[in-house]
Amino acid sequence: MNRNIVIAAIMTGTFALAGCKTAAPKQLPPQQASTMPDETDALPPVETGASLGTQAHFESAVNGQNVVYFDTDRYNIDSVDAAALQTQAQYLMQHTSITVTVEGHADERGTRDYNLALGERRANAAKNYLVGLGIPASRVGTVSYGKERPVAIGSDENSWARNRRAVTVVIN
Amino acid sequence: MRKLLVLFTFLAAAPLAAQDLGSVLPPDGQVETIEQEGGLTGSVSDESEWQDLGIAIPGFATDRDAPTAANASGTAALGKELARVITADLKNNGLFKPAGPDGLPQPAFAQITAPSWSNWSSRSAEMLVHGYVKAGADGRLTVGCYLYDVSLQNELVRAGWVVPPRDWRRAAHKCADLVYSRLSGESPFFDSRIAYIAETGPKDNRTKRLAIMDSDGANHRFITTGRSTALTPRYSPDYRRLLYLSYVDGNPRIYVYDIGTGKQTLVTQSNNPTFAPRWSPDGRWILYSMAIAGNTDIYRVPADGGQSVRLTTTPGIDIGGSYSPDGSKIVFESDRSGSQQVYVMNADGSDQKRISFFGGRAATPEWSPRGDQIAFTHIAGDFRVAVMSPTGANRRYLTDSWQDEAPTWAPNGRIVQFFRTERGSGRTSLWQVDLTGRNERRLATPADASDPAWGPVLP
Repeated sequence: MNRNIVIAAIMTGTFALAGCKTAAPKQLPPQQASTMPDETDALPPVETGASLGTQAHFESAVNGQNVVYFDTDRYNIDSVDAAALQTQAQYLMQHTSITVTVEGHADERGTRDYNLALGERRANAAKNYLVGLGIPASRVGTVSYGKERPVAIGSDENSWARNRRAVTVVIN
Repeated sequence: MRKLLVLFTFLAAAPLAAQDLGSVLPPDGQVETIEQEGGLTGSVSDESEWQDLGIAIPGFATDRDAPTAANASGTAALGKELARVITADLKNNGLFKPAGPDGLPQPAFAQITAPSWSNWSSRSAEMLVHGYVKAGADGRLTVGCYLYDVSLQNELVRAGWVVPPRDWRRAAHKCADLVYSRLSGESPFFDSRIAYIAETGPKDNRTKRLAIMDSDGANHRFITTGRSTALTPRYSPDYRRLLYLSYVDGNPRIYVYDIGTGKQTLVTQSNNPTFAPRWSPDGRWILYSMAIAGNTDIYRVPADGGQSVRLTTTPGIDIGGSYSPDGSKIVFESDRSGSQQVYVMNADGSDQKRISFFGGRAATPEWSPRGDQIAFTHIAGDFRVAVMSPTGANRRYLTDSWQDEAPTWAPNGRIVQFFRTERGSGRTSLWQVDLTGRNERRLATPADASDPAWGPVLP
């Protein structure tokens, strides 16, 4: 338990220097241009018209950065993940009534039990990062789906990279 | 039972008690164990290539063609079905070349105890299985099974069972077990059951249902509806309960499902996710793995409830666990060294030692019911089912495919079942392979299938 928190804390302090870079899949929407949003800036206005409390509102507000990706067998938060989680944290700071669940996933190239535990570990890594940024732990749940819910259905490196993820989902 | 004894007295001079196989699963009837005379022939106990031994299995005879709930066409047709089930059991195990009732002459009832030897010696059958089926006044079936050595013109072994009509296949499996055990010197395994996960739907939206079936795929039954994902079942040693993972409350949790009552309970009262359930060989203990804040450890809890004891404490994922047959040790999987590897500990969690040191990752260890081998998934590029000794020595691959995982042992420790995932489509299927790795075959299932768990031989 403590180990993840320690890791999250370390990553919080050193994300800009993180050496292990997760290769983000190429098909994904581009990340925001600035690697790290200025924390004093307000979030960009939501353009979709989705109402607060919905997943659409959240995803729009964080510009699609509700998902972070991991290397094979890894669960560390790299600089790209950190930027995405900081954006998520800003949204959660701004909308204090919102609670979320972080869903942890693994690719198909792992055994079932281990992937369930690995998904749980990834979900907790993302959660711990959010908590480290000041989001109350009570507002962030976790659930692991292991390799049970892929978004990319190919059996290739690219699909696996897209499936090794932690997805932040607004709870209605 | 009195009738049965009379019948056997009529059929043969040697007295023989039939074994009552009870009525329903889970087994609830007392059974009589018959005594067998000693003197094995052709015992096979090494792992070298087994021979093909010709066995003729003509249709079982009946004293009179009577109606039975087991077969719409009566006991004569049922006699052929019995022989077909036995033939299918004995096929593909690398030991025998069985010839079934289709294409063999049908012996008459009187010939069951007095084979027409010339009929069979001319068909290059070295062994001959004869049997009969008889419907009793109460509807129950009496099935007799006889194994003969054709060249010696000698009876090797016989047994009889009384079964309710719906359990007729169990009598066939008992006969196949009798033949297999007598000729191979190994313990029986056909009269056993398998729990697994039936899969349907597209790869990114699979429906996964808990299902159970006989060792040959018959008597298939779904336990869950598929509305919530079910994974990783394990039969209790007495077949009365199933452990499995369900997302029924939205989170992955292990439940203990009572087959008789249909009720289920959480393996532990905790909001933390639980995975990878396992029984101890005596059914008194349950192992499960629980993640707390992302860190997964193995716990042990009495099967009838009580306090959980944490067995592993190192940071990382410690998961699974499979008891040695005597219950004194547990083999499990841990990534404490950086990647999935296989470890052994005492049943109380003490003296944890890594045993897999051959490169790649090693996962899902399962201790053989014989105690001499550990089956596991070796991951080095592809996923292959392999075995090693309990010290980690003598690793041998049993399969070679893109993704084979989750081995489970046949009750006699001679055959390993696993599931295979097809690259791309993600389709899954159950397979089994003998310890030589040469005899591999797919099990027919109504849908795609994964996470097999083989239970013990039924009493």
